Amino acid sequence: MTKTAFYNNPRFRSAFYQLAVLAVVIWFGVEFAINARANLEAQNVRFGFRFLQDPASFGIVQSLIPYGEQDTYGRVFLVGLLNTLLVSALGIVFATILGFIIGLARLSPNWLLARLAGGYVELVRNLPLLFQIMFWYLAVLLALPGPRQSLALGLQPLLLSAADGFAYLQRFGAPDAIAQWWRSLAEWIGPPAIYLNNRGLIMPRAVFGEGSRIVAAAFVIAILAIIGLRAWARRRQQATGAQFPLLWPSLAILVGLPALATLAVGWPVSFDLPQLRGFNFVGGSQVIPEFTALLVALTTYTAAFIAEVVRAGVLAVPKGQTEAAMALGLRRKTTLRLIVVPQAMRVIIPPLTNQYLNLTKNSTLAVAIGYPDLVAVFAGTTLNQTHQAIEIIAITMAVYLVISLVTSLAMNAYNARLRRADRWRA
Amino acid sequence: MKRIVGVLGIALAIGLSGQADAQTLKTVRDRGALICGVSQGLPGFSNPDDKGTWTGLDVDFCRAIAAAIFNDPTKVKFTPLSSKDRFEPLKSSEVDLLSRNTTWTSSRDALFNFAGVIYFDGQGFMVRKALKVNSALELNGASICTQTGTTTELNLGDYFRSNNMKYEVIAFGSADETIKAYESGRCDAFTTDMSQLYSERLKLSNANDHVILPEVISKEPLGPLVRQGDDQWFDVVKWTLFAMLNAEELGVSSKTLDDALKSKQPEIRRMLGVDGTYGEQLGLTRDWVVRIVRHVGNYGEVFERNVGASSKLGISRGINRLWTKGGIQYAPPIR
Ligand SMILES: N[C@@H](CCC(=O)N[C@@H](CS)C(=O)NCC(=O)O)C(=O)O
Repeated sequence: MTKTAFYNNPRFRSAFYQLAVLAVVIWFGVEFAINARANLEAQNVRFGFRFLQDPASFGIVQSLIPYGEQDTYGRVFLVGLLNTLLVSALGIVFATILGFIIGLARLSPNWLLARLAGGYVELVRNLPLLFQIMFWYLAVLLALPGPRQSLALGLQPLLLSAADGFAYLQRFGAPDAIAQWWRSLAEWIGPPAIYLNNRGLIMPRAVFGEGSRIVAAAFVIAILAIIGLRAWARRRQQATGAQFPLLWPSLAILVGLPALATLAVGWPVSFDLPQLRGFNFVGGSQVIPEFTALLVALTTYTAAFIAEVVRAGVLAVPKGQTEAAMALGLRRKTTLRLIVVPQAMRVIIPPLTNQYLNLTKNSTLAVAIGYPDLVAVFAGTTLNQTHQAIEIIAITMAVYLVISLVTSLAMNAYNARLRRADRWRA
Repeated sequence: MKRIVGVLGIALAIGLSGQADAQTLKTVRDRGALICGVSQGLPGFSNPDDKGTWTGLDVDFCRAIAAAIFNDPTKVKFTPLSSKDRFEPLKSSEVDLLSRNTTWTSSRDALFNFAGVIYFDGQGFMVRKALKVNSALELNGASICTQTGTTTELNLGDYFRSNNMKYEVIAFGSADETIKAYESGRCDAFTTDMSQLYSERLKLSNANDHVILPEVISKEPLGPLVRQGDDQWFDVVKWTLFAMLNAEELGVSSKTLDDALKSKQPEIRRMLGVDGTYGEQLGLTRDWVVRIVRHVGNYGEVFERNVGASSKLGISRGINRLWTKGGIQYAPPIR
C-alpha cells in the first residue's frame, strides 16, 4: 500500500471540514453578538433582562394565574406561556380524537361515511388556517347574541319550553295541570346557569369547600383501584382465559367511592353562579370566544391532517393481518382495535408528532383574534412597549424550542414503548 | 409560524444590520424617493384608496418632506405598519421616518427623535348609543376592544384602576380586526385616540348608532419620528412641520403663495427664501417652503382637507388651532 498524503486521508479531511464549519459558525456568532451590541448601543437600548421586573400596566383578558396591570412583564410571560400551553394541549387532545375518528371513517366500508370523511379532509385542509380562525371567530362566535339576549343552556329552559308546548295544547282540551306541572318542575330545578353569548360561554364555577380534599382523595383511590383491577383481570385472562367484565365494576368504583366519601363529609362543593349585572355576566367562569375560536380552528384543521396520517398508517398494515384476524373469527371492530391500530401506530407516530408541533406553532396566529398567547402578549405587546427585541425573541424562541423538544421526546418515548410491547407480544 | 419568522427577522436585522445610516437625507436623494412608515388604513390620517393612492394628514406630511427635497410630492413610498410592528422598521432603517399617529412619550423619545406634534390628541371611548352610557365613568365591568402595542392599552389600565373600575380588554393585532370585533358586539366600548375614534367610526356600517364619550383620559401628542444619530435628517423633518405651521401663521397658503412671493413683510420673505439662505442651512433649497406650500399646503389647509370640519371626519380644530387663534400649535421662527 502506497502512503497517501495526509491531506488525502479521509479521516483528516472530515475532521478538517467539520472544524472549518464550526469555526465559521463561531465566527458568525461572535460577529453577530458584537454587531448586535454596537447597534443596540447606537440605538440606546440597554441589553439585559431587568425589564422583566418592570410593571406591565396593560390588561390581559385571559389568565390562568392571578394577573393585574400592576404585575411585571415576567408575569406577562408566564400568563402568555400558560395560555399557549392550554390551547395547544387541548388542541392536541381533541385533534387526535377527531383525527382518528375521521381517518378510520374514511376507511369505513360504509360508502356515505367514507365520502363524508373524505370531503371533510379535502375541505378543511385546503382552506388557509387564518381564514378558518377568522371564520369561527367573526362568523360563528361573535354572531351569537349579546349578553342580554344570551342563549340559556340547561334543564330549566328545556322544561319551560316543554311547559309552553303543553300550554299550547290546552287549546285542544289538554288539562291545564300538565303545563303547570312542568313549570313547577322547572322552578324546582332552578334557573339555568350556563349561558352562551358573544362574550363567551359562561358557566357556574365550582367552589371547593372543606372536605373536598377527602372526596378528591377518594376519587384518586378509585382510579388506582380500577387500574389494579384491570391488571388483575388481564393476568387472570392470560392464565385461565376467563374474561372479566371490567366496565361495570370500574364505573361502580369510580362513582361509589367518591359518593361514599361525600356522604361521610357532606357535599363539599358549592357553585358560584353567573349573574347578569351591568354590561356582562359577573361571577361564574367564562370561556372567552377568542379561546374557543382558536381551539376549534386548530382542532378541526389539524384533525384533517391527522386523519390522513391515520389512514396512511392503517393502509400500511398488510392486508393479510386483517384477513388472518377475520379468519380467526374476530369482528371488524375488534380486529381494528387489537390487530390493525397497534401495528399502524408505529407508522403513525412520527408524522403525528409533526402535526402536534405544527399545531403548537400555528397557535401563534392567536394575535389576529386577540387571544393572549405567548407571542401576542410577550413577543408582541411586551416587545413593543419595552423595545427589548433581542432578549424577548431569544426567550420566545427558546420556549417554542423546548415545547417542541418535549413533545418530540414524549412521542418518541411512546413510540419506543410501543415497539417494545410489539416485540414482547411477538 | 409566520410571526416567528417575522420576529426572527427582526433579531437578525438587529444583529446583522450595519450601523444606523447617519446620512438619511443623502440616502433619500440617491434613492429618488422618501420611504414613509404610515398606518395600515386610518381615514383622514393615512389611508389608501382603491387605486393605492394614499391620503391623509400623516401622508401629506410625508408629501411635504418629498416636496421640500424633490420639488415633487409624489416621490414617496408608503409602508403600512401596524401599531405593534411600527418601531422595528424605523430602527432597522426600512423606513426613513414614521408618520403614523404615534404618541410622543419619554420611553419612545429615549430611542427615537420626535420632530414635533402634528396633532394634539387624547384617548377616548366610543360606545353604542343603545347602551345609554353618557360617561366613561359608567363603564365599570365593560368589555373593551383596543389595539395592541399602543399607549392606548396602557392608559386604559391606568384609568380603570385609578377609578376603581373593573374591565375586560381584548387587544387585537390590527385596527380592522379591532373595529370588526367591536361592531359585532364583542365589546361594549372601543378605545383609542379621539381622532382615530372619528376615523374608525367611518368604517362602521351604521356610524350614527355609535357615540364618542366626552372624557379624554390621556395626553396623546401625535408626531412624526426619526432614528437617533442623524441630526441633519431630524432637522429636515422637524422644520418641514414648522414650515407648515409658520406658513399658516403668516397667512401663506397654496392659494396666496404667488402674491406672498411679492410680499414686503420680512418674515414672509425669509420664510419663502426671497431673502436669506435658511433652507440651504438645513440641507434643502432656498425655496423649500415654497415647494411645501405649493404642492401640499400650509398646516391649516392640510388639517381642513383631511380631518377638519369640512372633511368626512368633521373634527373641529380645537387645541390644534394656532397659538395666535387660541390653540397650542406653535412653531419656532425661521431666521
Ligand atoms: N397614539 C397611540 C395609538 C396609535 C395607534 O396605533 N392607534 C391604532 C388604533 S386606531 C391605529 O392607528 N391603528 C391603525 C393600524 O394599525 O394600521 C400610540 O402611539 O400608541
